[in-house]
Amino acid sequence: MAVGDNGNNNRHEPSLAVHVEDLTVSYREKPVLWDIDLDVPPGVLAAIVGPNGAGKSTLIKTILGLVRPSAGHVYIHGRPYRQVRHRVGYVPQRTSVDWDFPTTAIDVVTMGLYGHLGWIRRPGRKEYEAAREALRSVSMEEYADRQISQLSGGQQQRVFLARALVQDADVYFLDEPLAGVDAVTERAIMRILRDLRSRGKTVIAVHHDLQTVRTYFDWLLILNVRTVAQGTVDEVYTARNLRAAYGGNVPLLEVAGEH
Amino acid sequence: MDLAQFLSDFTVQNVLAGAILLGVSSGTLGVFAVLRGQSLLGDALSHATLPGVALGFLLTGTRNLGAITAGALVSGSLAALFVLLLVRNTRLKNDAALGSALSIFFALGVILLTYVQQSGASSQAGLDSFLFGQAAAILRSDLPLLAGLTVLLLALVLLLWKEFKLITFDPQFARTLGLPVATLETLLTMAIALAIVIGLQLVGVVLMSAMLVAPAVAARQWSRRMEGMAVSSALFGATAGVIGSLISAAGRGLSTGPLIVLTATALVIVSLLFAPERGIVWAWLRAARQGREFRRRRLLETMFGLAVDHEDPGYRIEEGMLRAAQGRGVRGDLRELERAGLVEEARHMPEEGNHWRLTGAGFESARAHVEGGGQGEEPA
Repeated sequence: MAVGDNGNNNRHEPSLAVHVEDLTVSYREKPVLWDIDLDVPPGVLAAIVGPNGAGKSTLIKTILGLVRPSAGHVYIHGRPYRQVRHRVGYVPQRTSVDWDFPTTAIDVVTMGLYGHLGWIRRPGRKEYEAAREALRSVSMEEYADRQISQLSGGQQQRVFLARALVQDADVYFLDEPLAGVDAVTERAIMRILRDLRSRGKTVIAVHHDLQTVRTYFDWLLILNVRTVAQGTVDEVYTARNLRAAYGGNVPLLEVAGEH
Repeated sequence: MDLAQFLSDFTVQNVLAGAILLGVSSGTLGVFAVLRGQSLLGDALSHATLPGVALGFLLTGTRNLGAITAGALVSGSLAALFVLLLVRNTRLKNDAALGSALSIFFALGVILLTYVQQSGASSQAGLDSFLFGQAAAILRSDLPLLAGLTVLLLALVLLLWKEFKLITFDPQFARTLGLPVATLETLLTMAIALAIVIGLQLVGVVLMSAMLVAPAVAARQWSRRMEGMAVSSALFGATAGVIGSLISAAGRGLSTGPLIVLTATALVIVSLLFAPERGIVWAWLRAARQGREFRRRRLLETMFGLAVDHEDPGYRIEEGMLRAAQGRGVRGDLRELERAGLVEEARHMPEEGNHWRLTGAGFESARAHVEGGGQGEEPA
């Protein structure tokens, strides 16, 4: 299918926040994502779950152009991703950077504005104010001038979240935002994500804890190299789907219902 | 020769200027190499400049800095390209690819060098000084080129500071912002190669990578932000260059490159040991103080426990018992607690050795700590 090739200005499924067609990714001739179709409606808080090696992070990275797919297309609000980068925010896994890097929390947050600034221009007062505001919204304002190496894991995660917030995007992708944070931080992060949703943004997070899927999210993609199921949590979070993705050992089978 | 006379010497001035340019450029670019974990890249690039140096000489027939610099830059870039191709198209890891590039290009360079030397013109050429650097080799006519290259590098870093910083800290995020990360990385690698070329005459290909790494590592110890790190690194680089080349130029004929590198290493050692916050010595002192405090607190708690067990706040305890509880000598700690008014020596049965007991203040302090620590030990 060459849908993306023939009309860069033709809007494609504009009613969907994220529309992925036939996405296939392989590392060294072995497919890690196979024929993924994904339709995420706008204004949902979506989780991507699946066992280890299911390709959850790879899916996000491919959508964001960080991994080159063997085939497939990605549309954000009806346009190819490359045309609408500025409408997309990204929170990578916390462990993807060196936190001993010589910089401060507010400095990391201003990096979210480098795309808006364009070449050569330096962040000025306006940018630092926006960054401070974003830090305030994740309750980290008092740590603005702290070295990032002195922050706890949960605080580092919130700095990354603030860097995405300052991007003022429409669609947010988060890679394991709740990994290795304490319960208080987890609740704080979920409050921020719900707040984004209530402002009409679309939030898509790789999530590892099946226990909290129902409480935290309203839309779900179950992934295991292929799409196992996608849709609202109520439709999709079923024993049959989870067993299909994880194999026999799903601790939540009873909770998940008898389908 | 006194200092003023020494500094007014024409050769010495040239050396000083060259050393400052070398230190500033390699110090600044070294920050990127170190923070990106690319110290080995600097080593490979600097060794890989040698064939270019020799070819530059062979083609022009003179020791012309322009030709030699261009040659060095070309062969350094070819090595970088070679590494990139190896990593992309084979299963070799980055360090193996860098190691291969380093040895292949350096071997080629040494062969070309010996060829030049046998061809006769070598005595004037002094090309072997490019191996370990030679202060006296810098000519006044070389300085404009070196200064121009340094200014070019600094301008590049200043203009693209925010982009270079972002691709150093979080290249994936940079790509999602639409930055051409691969192009910027190539530019940065070229800039590192250029910084190496600037220092070749003074420090030589073998040790030049140390001038990328050492000032940056030292600067990291003193800096909270990358901006400050770059400035300190440039200053450290210039300082090492000046001190090392002055010692060398002072006339004993000692090799310039190694002296500069040793000076930079001294800066690194001092920084690793004594920099505030990150210095090892302060960490040791903090740990030792915490250890002492913990030991004394535990001693006090042991005495408190015994006093409670014997239902006597002033219960006299034999020192040997405390020694057994702590697993080490306790006299020093007891004396320290005595000075703080928390314990006192108690004469009991002199033939059985020293005895100690808690003072009223010591008992209260231990009780507050035990109860505050939530150990649930109610005094009887």
